[in-house]
Amino acid sequence: MEPFIKVTGVSHVYPNGVTAIQDVNLEIGEGEIVAVLGSNGSGKTTLVKHFNGLLKPTTGQVTVGNMNTKKERIAKLSSLVGYVFQNPNHQTFLPTVRQELYYGCKNLKISEEETEKRVKKAIELFELENLLDANPFDLNSSKRKEIGMASIMAISPKVVVLDEPTTGQDHKGCKRVLELVKMFHEHGHIVVLVTHDMQLIGELNCRVVIMNKSRKIADDRADVVFKNQELLKTADLQPPQVMELANQLTYLNRNESYLTIDSIVKWFKHNKKGLEEERKIGTGS
Amino acid sequence: MSNRDAIVVENLTFQYPDTETPVLKNIHFTLKEGEVLGIIGRTGSGKTTLAMCLNRLVPTVIQGNLEGTISVFGQDISQRSVADMADKVGFVFQEPENQLSQMTVEEEIAFGMGNLGISREEMKYRIQETLKQVGLEGFEKRSPLALSGGQQQRLAIASVMAMRPSIMIMDEPTSMLDPRGKNEVYDVLRKIKTYGMTGVIIDHEVERMASYCDKILVLDDGEVIMFGTPKEVFSELTLLHEMEMNAPQVTELADRLRKELQIDVGSPITVEEAVKAFQIVSIK
Repeated sequence: MEPFIKVTGVSHVYPNGVTAIQDVNLEIGEGEIVAVLGSNGSGKTTLVKHFNGLLKPTTGQVTVGNMNTKKERIAKLSSLVGYVFQNPNHQTFLPTVRQELYYGCKNLKISEEETEKRVKKAIELFELENLLDANPFDLNSSKRKEIGMASIMAISPKVVVLDEPTTGQDHKGCKRVLELVKMFHEHGHIVVLVTHDMQLIGELNCRVVIMNKSRKIADDRADVVFKNQELLKTADLQPPQVMELANQLTYLNRNESYLTIDSIVKWFKHNKKGLEEERKIGTGS
Repeated sequence: MSNRDAIVVENLTFQYPDTETPVLKNIHFTLKEGEVLGIIGRTGSGKTTLAMCLNRLVPTVIQGNLEGTISVFGQDISQRSVADMADKVGFVFQEPENQLSQMTVEEEIAFGMGNLGISREEMKYRIQETLKQVGLEGFEKRSPLALSGGQQQRLAIASVMAMRPSIMIMDEPTSMLDPRGKNEVYDVLRKIKTYGMTGVIIDHEVERMASYCDKILVLDDGEVIMFGTPKEVFSELTLLHEMEMNAPQVTELADRLRKELQIDVGSPITVEEAVKAFQIVSIK
């Protein structure tokens, strides 16, 4: 099957002469979750802005659902690819949260009945019931960000791009983002994440694309990529804290990747008997 | 480290106009000179408002009814203006876009110092020093608005650091930074201590806070729920979970092993502590 998003030999040079991405090849198929990782300035955001035609390749080609992004209008692409910006100020512009939530559906001429259904669901997930009449600019940035995500949820585009969705979110907000990604995935959407949040990636254990100095340097599943400490060092990435711990516990199974708290608890569950016989587990500090 | 009190907050209550309940309720805490305090809490718990009370932005610019007293180095600040406080308490805002106003990076850093009447020579020296500290050397002539979010965040920190305040407050200063950038900011926080400065940081980064902060204050719905060392605070997992908050991953892991498998490794709060606590000589 043809991949839904196909990036072929793409470079992008900004008008000021800075080359932000160089010779990137990438294919994303139906139903995939792909996280784009890399340090600030590595080209992550530039890359994903090519998916909805916000940026056009300087050389090379990007096709989305068989459309060449260079030849299509952004309006047409945006019904396919929804983009939630890192900075919510770049996204929200209407005077009430309610209008913000309905705007996308209206714009795409989605039926009233369907719009109601989707907006209602978004309101529930993000607990926006009491904020519908509020001006988004009176709310704090993490709430504004959630409104951006809720609006995309209402549009429900084929591809959802979330740029730093957990930035500035509290623990509950982060869990909600995880839930949102899983929900989009279950409904058959393609989810593209741009993030520094390694706990989120650990929980998803999804496909990971690593950008470094404007080039793609890795493309594999998180558990494979995170095992490669050399690579993480090159790209200035830090695995989830439990994985840093697991890397130093020699008795764990070296063939496994311990990306989550769950995975380590599970190991202890299976090996508890052996532990009890030894009675050598520390008493802590 | 001296034993002088840097910040003493007593009975602090603050209420915005036209609201029914205060956003800060009867807050007490004391921070010693040279200590770094981490403030954690859910979105909307009052963290930023509390921090803004410390440099008088609340209630002089952001108005409302403030009760109780705040002393900075033994002086009651209730009659001071924000400008008065500027050389004592530096503030790095959550959204750097709101803080940056100048045409170039070096002018941005010079701006705050200019208001303090610092000599040109000294300014030049401090611009270079702070740019190095935040990893922005070579950016002197760039426009602040052309920088990435992470770079803007570091510039905002540099321009406050250059003023050499006795107390430095940072409101989620690392939210847009990559892991290296986050570490750099937390290292700056550590350096603050070697300069004898006192730090206050608001963040959701519990793992970094556990290793860099001396004290943690947990705010929920405007009340201080806990105040103590990271060890004391992060060991209270049940309480944290009730507030939909979390402890460092290694602490969470240890807690689950205790509850689900009756394996007790104590409550490590950093990777180093956890490695020690989890040391098992051999397993069959």
